[in-house]
Amino acid sequence: MKSSVIIFPGSNCDRDMDVALKKFGFKNQMVWHNDADIPKSDLIVLPGGFSYGDYLRCGSIAGKSKIIKSVIDFANSGGLVLGICNGFQILTETGLLPGILQQNKYLNFICKNVFVKIKNKENKYFKNIKKEILELHIAHNEGNYFCSKDELKSIEDNNQIAVTYCDQKGDDNEENNPNGALKNIAGIFNKDKNILGMMPHPERMIDPFLSGEDGSLFFENLIGSL
Amino acid sequence: MKVKVIVTLKNGVLDPQGKAIQQTLNGMSFQNVSEVRQGKYFDIEVNESDESKAKTQVEDMCKKLLANLVIEDFKIL
Repeated sequence: MKSSVIIFPGSNCDRDMDVALKKFGFKNQMVWHNDADIPKSDLIVLPGGFSYGDYLRCGSIAGKSKIIKSVIDFANSGGLVLGICNGFQILTETGLLPGILQQNKYLNFICKNVFVKIKNKENKYFKNIKKEILELHIAHNEGNYFCSKDELKSIEDNNQIAVTYCDQKGDDNEENNPNGALKNIAGIFNKDKNILGMMPHPERMIDPFLSGEDGSLFFENLIGSL
Repeated sequence: MKVKVIVTLKNGVLDPQGKAIQQTLNGMSFQNVSEVRQGKYFDIEVNESDESKAKTQVEDMCKKLLANLVIEDFKIL
């Protein structure tokens, strides 16, 4: 299986993602944002970081970069596109995913492990993961998911919520919301479930010695379902 | 010609920075400040002498890049 990780100026989780993808069997290639074409891929990843210094709005400049047209074409033809953290912000700015990631409610940069509840397994990203709750890492200043009421209704009606912030037992109430995100949303899909954007970093949880292994479950399932 | 644009958060959209500024102003004895909403201001030099053409172009820029219409409104001055 071939994957491509797009590097923008200011991306900083691109190499972690490269290590994670390769560890679980992907033949990964790195693609520069100023290229026009993406090599043949089964999966495109927009990594975390601070593309273009978060100028204007997080992800807004990357969302108009040269490579993005190819990402949008790939996504619209049903290809798997995964955006983590800043990658999620970029996906909302391109319009591939609804809503926007605003500044965290309490104005603080949050860097910690959190639990997220998988809300929908009828997709390639979570299909065969046996667990319902994953422990993953978040590190962001703008992770406060927001969309209009109409948009939220459409997201819920189409089962587009992928993961929500919760406690160890899976309770995804307001108390377990780290950043003020609407409905504790940590990640969402597009309607067809081939595009996933999420704030937590599975690529930081692939080593039992350094961190944890719930990210491994994510990548093992992903390569297994392609 | 120069076109000026102001981008503001829509009513009802949470503005934690504005809130923090308001609370700080209150703490500085500006007790009568009841709300602050923070926005962005752009000066855009467009190589176009026709004012209405320039403003139409800037409107397009606002919709495509300068403002995110999910949470923001824009005003061309």
